[in-house]
Amino acid sequence: MIQATGLTKVYGAKAAVDRIEFEVRPGVVTGFLGPNGAGKSTTMRMILGLDRPTAGRVTVGGRRYRDLPAPLREVGALLDAKAVHGGRTAYHHLRGLAAANGIARRRVEEVLDLVGLTEVADQRAGGFSLGMAQRLGIAAALLGDPGVLLFDEPVNGLDPEGIRWIRRLMRSLAAEGRTVFVSSHLMAEMALTAEQLLVIGRGRILADTTMTGFIAANASTHVKVRSPDLITLAPLLTARGWRTAPADRGSLLVYGVSPAQIGDLAHAARLRLHELAVIQPSLEDAFMRLTADSVEYHARSRDVA
Amino acid sequence: MSRRTRRPATFGQALSAEWIKFFSVRSAFWGLLATLVVTVGLSALLALAYIVSLNQLPPARRAAFDPGAYGLAGLNFGVITLGVLGVLTMSGEYSTGQIRSTLAAVPKRARLLAAKALVLAAVSLVTGLVVAFVSFFASQAVFATKDLDVTLGQPGLLRAVIGGGLYLTLVALFALGVATVVRHPAGAVTAVLGILFVLPIFGAFLPGEWGATVRKFLPSSAGAAIMNAGPASGSLAPWTGLGVFAAYTAIILVAAFWLFRRRDA
Repeated sequence: MIQATGLTKVYGAKAAVDRIEFEVRPGVVTGFLGPNGAGKSTTMRMILGLDRPTAGRVTVGGRRYRDLPAPLREVGALLDAKAVHGGRTAYHHLRGLAAANGIARRRVEEVLDLVGLTEVADQRAGGFSLGMAQRLGIAAALLGDPGVLLFDEPVNGLDPEGIRWIRRLMRSLAAEGRTVFVSSHLMAEMALTAEQLLVIGRGRILADTTMTGFIAANASTHVKVRSPDLITLAPLLTARGWRTAPADRGSLLVYGVSPAQIGDLAHAARLRLHELAVIQPSLEDAFMRLTADSVEYHARSRDVA
Repeated sequence: MSRRTRRPATFGQALSAEWIKFFSVRSAFWGLLATLVVTVGLSALLALAYIVSLNQLPPARRAAFDPGAYGLAGLNFGVITLGVLGVLTMSGEYSTGQIRSTLAAVPKRARLLAAKALVLAAVSLVTGLVVAFVSFFASQAVFATKDLDVTLGQPGLLRAVIGGGLYLTLVALFALGVATVVRHPAGAVTAVLGILFVLPIFGAFLPGEWGATVRKFLPSSAGAAIMNAGPASGSLAPWTGLGVFAAYTAIILVAAFWLFRRRDA
């Protein structure tokens, strides 16, 4: 269990993390979702005691990280793949970490095997690809067989096979009753792995809910209408009080209605319809709506048009 | 996720981790080898240069011959190699990102820095003593050709040789402290070599009585005084000098501990 109360980190005049409160519970994968620069990594660094909170506190199992008696046996973290001295072999990197927490040498070999790095254990980590470095970071996280696991953007740099592997790993770790907290800015990735969701934007928690609850609450179903008679049809739709938005050429998105209502309306007005489709909300839509105001750096539409 | 009782991590475990880390990067091997080559090689070479030019030296210079300081002259260059090694012990953590893994394993910052300092001190002490004795015997072998050699039994010599090893140990710790404060490798090496090598050059231009006093108290001049077998004008007394350098080292280490505990990693 990870608990944050009033957690704040201020850099200069800017609050990277602004009085956030949350609880990450064991037994499920909790996704930590937010655009780049939203405060995900800063929060994770404060959980690990790498950064000192400006105010508030965050605890793991009721204790601050630095007060944990044997930290690697309680929390495993993959913050970034390159938190390794490139001149050290994979084996010695893990041996050093294991020794600091009284973890047996045998366990080093076990985790190397688990992540599939046994073959390259005697090679220096500096020569590893990003995917291999990511696996080494995961091996380090699993070293102490911890009950709490943090993964910051774990799929970065992994090949498709590696991505499937880490998704399965995270779900099985959660199924064993562990607390799994994983950050990502990739919405589709979250939808595949996380059951619980914590959404952060500009240092504030925007949503703390289940994945399905989040999508249902934040994205409304809409209907796409394509018609050669759109010029006539559009005013009829708005006259009924339905909200519309232009889609691609010759089509409209209509919110809060069923396809039947639009079909009946068109029929009554003797207008032709070429397409009538229900658009299911995606996590991506929900996320975009929720974070629209909180994205740190907007691409200006006139610059990219 | 076993629920067996978890024994708290100890300082001894942090120490053994730092020991493994120290010897599992190549810079340790090259740093120690370079220290041996540079100190012993230059001690012998400078001894050779002295006896070759002996006949052209004015009597005053000949009278100032100190078998300790002259025989251990190469150790002053071990300051560079052990200084760099001391810097790399800490700045290697920051330049590679390793510091984040290290602090995840040992989040108690004072414990981590103490473990690092102790491993570095132990390695530097052994290395320092070895190179001091080997340098001494090498240079005495050279001095023997002009019957200028001395033995360790003569006054002050054993102290000068052992003191040389102690001085190099303190240099490594001094460098570790600077690197913890500065963090950036190039910046830390520049700072260490600037303080130990460039300051004396500026010091040489200081005029008069107070200039001479300042020169005595410059870190490397104070520390190197321990290698004088006999009294030397322009230097502090041997143990006083080493004590002054130890005080500088203590000051930088206190600053290092203070900053290391407060700063974000």
